[in-house]
Amino acid sequence: MKALDKKLWRDLWHMRGQALAIALVVMCGVGTYIMFLSTLGALRATQASYYREYRFAEAFVSLKRAPESLRQRLQDITGIDRVETRVVAPIRLEMPDFPEPVTALMVSLPDDGQQALNALYLREGRLPAPGRGDEVVVSTPFAQAHKLKPGDRFTATLNGRRQPLTLVGTALSPEFVQQLRPGAAFPDYKRYGVMWMGRQALGRAYDLEGAFNDAAFSLLRGADAQSAIDRIDDLLKPYGGLGAYARKDQRSHRFLSEEFQQLGTLASLFPGMFMGIAAFLLNVVISRQVAMQREQIATLKAFGYSNGDVIFHYLKLVAMIAVLGIAGGTALGLWLGKLLSALYMEFYHFPYLIFALHPATFAEAAAATLLAAVAGTLFAVWRAAALRPAQAMRPEPPARYRESVVEQLGLKRWLSQPTRMIIRHLQRRALKSLLTLLGIALACGIILTGLFQRDTVGYMLHVQYGMSQREDISVTFTDPASRRALFDLQGLPGVEHVEVFRAVPVRLRNGQNSYRTAVRGVESGGEIQRLLDADLRTVALPQDGILLTDHLGRILNVKPGDTLEVEVLEGSRPVRETTVVGLVKEYMGVSGYMELAALNRLMREGPVISGAYLSVDSAYLNELFQRFKEMPRVAGVAERVQEIRNFNRVMDETMLFFTYVASIFAAIIAFGVIYNSARIALTERSRELASLRVLGFTRGEISYILLGELGILTILAIPLGLWMGNWMCYYIAHSMQNDLFRVPVILVPATYAFAATVVLVSAIFSGMVVRRRLDRLDLIAVLKTAE
Amino acid sequence: MPAMNQAEPLTPQPRPIFEAHGLTKDYQMGEVLVKALRGVDLELYPGEFVVLLGPSGSGKSTLLNILGGLDTPTTGSVRYRDHDLSVYDDAALTHYRREHVGFVFQFYNLIPSLTARENVALVTEISDNPMTPEEALKLVGLGERMDHFPTQMSGGEQQRVAIARAVAKRPQVLLCDEPTGALDAQTGVLVLDVIARVNQELGTTTAVITHNEVIAGMADRIVHLRDGLVARVERNASKIAASALRW
Ligand SMILES: Nc1ncnc2c1ncn2[C@@H]1O[C@H](COP(=O)(O)OP(=O)(O)OP(=O)(O)O)[C@@H](O)[C@H]1O
Ligand SMILES: [Mg+2]
Repeated sequence: MKALDKKLWRDLWHMRGQALAIALVVMCGVGTYIMFLSTLGALRATQASYYREYRFAEAFVSLKRAPESLRQRLQDITGIDRVETRVVAPIRLEMPDFPEPVTALMVSLPDDGQQALNALYLREGRLPAPGRGDEVVVSTPFAQAHKLKPGDRFTATLNGRRQPLTLVGTALSPEFVQQLRPGAAFPDYKRYGVMWMGRQALGRAYDLEGAFNDAAFSLLRGADAQSAIDRIDDLLKPYGGLGAYARKDQRSHRFLSEEFQQLGTLASLFPGMFMGIAAFLLNVVISRQVAMQREQIATLKAFGYSNGDVIFHYLKLVAMIAVLGIAGGTALGLWLGKLLSALYMEFYHFPYLIFALHPATFAEAAAATLLAAVAGTLFAVWRAAALRPAQAMRPEPPARYRESVVEQLGLKRWLSQPTRMIIRHLQRRALKSLLTLLGIALACGIILTGLFQRDTVGYMLHVQYGMSQREDISVTFTDPASRRALFDLQGLPGVEHVEVFRAVPVRLRNGQNSYRTAVRGVESGGEIQRLLDADLRTVALPQDGILLTDHLGRILNVKPGDTLEVEVLEGSRPVRETTVVGLVKEYMGVSGYMELAALNRLMREGPVISGAYLSVDSAYLNELFQRFKEMPRVAGVAERVQEIRNFNRVMDETMLFFTYVASIFAAIIAFGVIYNSARIALTERSRELASLRVLGFTRGEISYILLGELGILTILAIPLGLWMGNWMCYYIAHSMQNDLFRVPVILVPATYAFAATVVLVSAIFSGMVVRRRLDRLDLIAVLKTAE
Repeated sequence: MPAMNQAEPLTPQPRPIFEAHGLTKDYQMGEVLVKALRGVDLELYPGEFVVLLGPSGSGKSTLLNILGGLDTPTTGSVRYRDHDLSVYDDAALTHYRREHVGFVFQFYNLIPSLTARENVALVTEISDNPMTPEEALKLVGLGERMDHFPTQMSGGEQQRVAIARAVAKRPQVLLCDEPTGALDAQTGVLVLDVIARVNQELGTTTAVITHNEVIAGMADRIVHLRDGLVARVERNASKIAASALRW
């Protein structure tokens, strides 16, 4: 081996602690990057493949009733490839293991078992036998939630008639990756599921024999979806068509794409930030390492090594550290990515998972790391090599120290000699001190970005369910009901207070911008359901006009005073107009709100309601659930605590896991940076400190000089870091807005304290290592080697 | 003033290996301009042993560094054989040093992470016709300590490693800046003896800076510097062997 390469290995071994710390920082940056992007890639690839292989439809429509003969005319529409007509009905279930109300969506299967679209992935058992009207296939997550196996039986209410059903199989469907009860924001497999039975039997139960009330379509390649949808609407108008919609508006798909998009945002922000910060730190640390070897560089040059040789030598050193970090980061990232993808696969109930690291992802991470390392090295070597060797070999000119600002302020006599040394040193190497400060601060800041989402979720729950939707139970009716239903509810046991609402499915439109959602008519002055403005003050409901979720206002590009077109998606599907009177703050979902009577007026209907919010005495809950089961017009019952639980579960299983990992990595980065700063300071100044020891300074005193400096930098870096972290959080939150959530930035004191603690503990630990080294400082050796 | 004319006998001389004319070197130190060299004329001849004497700050190191291609003059010209060093850029100077020059520094400047043998190998690996590191170390009497690291050696031993490192590539020129400055008399003699042997046995043109007038006895010629100028040049009628030096 060449002597220069031996030097390389020995230098590397000599600085192994620091090299490891640097590699760790790189590892966390690369690891985060690869974890996020590989997970996202796996989810997207799996979704795409699942959709393709199981023929997920591209357009959907629900209607009242159309004869099967219409199928051919649908098929003839330009651009339509396949058509699947079916019967779809909401049903109620009585589960033997579960007292609360359970609802489900029953979807018909073609009697020949050949699904043209939205094919089932049969997990267990078999499809219903032809002609067996009592056999059903149940969605796997629902079956799992109730521990159902093929052969199990339960009772369902189909079109008002109770009927026993036998489970013959469990399955997954690309159409119901997310199974959401209408109105719910999160899946709850215990209370809502999807199941499938033969077309004939289901048709018979709903008087739809030889007819259908739902259809799905696939499109020819390159077909114009919108014009096909318009034609479907034209064709189905006489049959109570509720407006066809494209895949992008399909509920499960939209939920999924919103979530993936959110993940995608996280996946581009976090790793970008981490990589950026890791690269910056690598750069700073490396350039200081190399700068310390300035005399050795000069010696090499004196003996005829060229600038190129020297640069190459140090690049190899740095590349080794970087490669170690990249390799470790890739392994770690892949491992975590696999773990996470598997978690997500379970969460979404994908039938299988396609996991592969995209070469470009790896290349990006490696390139960014190496670039930062190389830039840092080049800069430092260049500065050392640009000096004429004669000059570089002279010990660095005695630094031009000055009285520090603090001393000039007249505090001098209060400061001990060592303290003055600390302050003067900090001031003289202002740039270096600043970079160290910035490094520690950044490390402190990114810890917050990993943690803030947890705080935020808590806050969102508090606002949404503690201040805005405060009911204990919400009840929805199968069809709009007369206001008299209110009295029935008030008479139920344990019911303390009832507020009614009307919900109308609509498409809101302002010129080019439109959005499918529901308009909710609520009673003004209600205690349970309250609308809040940006400052969380209750908004009074106007006598007329509509209030929109602020995010919906942005989507539709409307402001108070604008006129909005309301296309009703039920009944005779009238198109009306109303005025936007204001925007309300909501962190979850997007809706429009009107005063109940105003909505009834807009709909040109009497005092009709769709459901009610109840506050109840929890002691009566089970009795209440029992009574609801006996009320055929009650389509669904939702409990607020369950919503909160579902919300928390979804959060825990998805986003928060990511961010936990991110915060751990951030903590490691913080440690790596601080440890390195301390070690470099030690190496840079060991000669000076050894000389002081020779002059009679004690170990404590020289430790104080060195560690005092680190301490001051750390103390200054923490508030700066918290402040910067706050901004990073705002940036993330802002980028993550979507229809499902708008994430506010909430950071509770405990989170700040945690970030500060990580930094402090890292500093103390590093300080202890340095102190131990100082105690063992070999005075002779240090003074003997002429740097 | 061309000092050499007085000292040189009129016998025909071989072509000089170094020719310096009107060398000046200025250093800007903040507001002050330090004139380290103010117009040095000097010629060195092949195989010669020259000692540079002069008070501290007189410009000895500056002159030696310029001759060795570690630095460039502010004005004036310096030639090494056919090379005009004063117009060389960094790459050309590097090449020149690699091919022709061996350095010994006052503070040894060994690479701390390499053993004696490896410190020498560092140089032999990039030269055309070097000795082996072992040969070079034996030459300086360190055959036994080849695998020791710099911190495990005394100052004299480190300096001898530095000499081995400088001569291992059989340079045309050996430039030593106070090679005995940090050593006691006995060790100093040892080191000087090595340098003299290299000068004689390999015919290496050698220039040694020292504050020690006694050492001047070893030289063919003695160049006295004062205030950045060559004050005078002496020629020794008879050289004293290093081992006979006492101080
Ligand atoms: N890199 C530099 N920057 C500024 N001034 C310098 C530099 N190198 C040398 N000098 C100045 O040039 C003058 C000559 O320096 P030089 O090192 O050549 O002296 P010297 O004769 O070798 O002295 P010594 O015997 O003390 O080594 C001195 O005044 C010195 O301070
Ligand atoms: Mg000198």
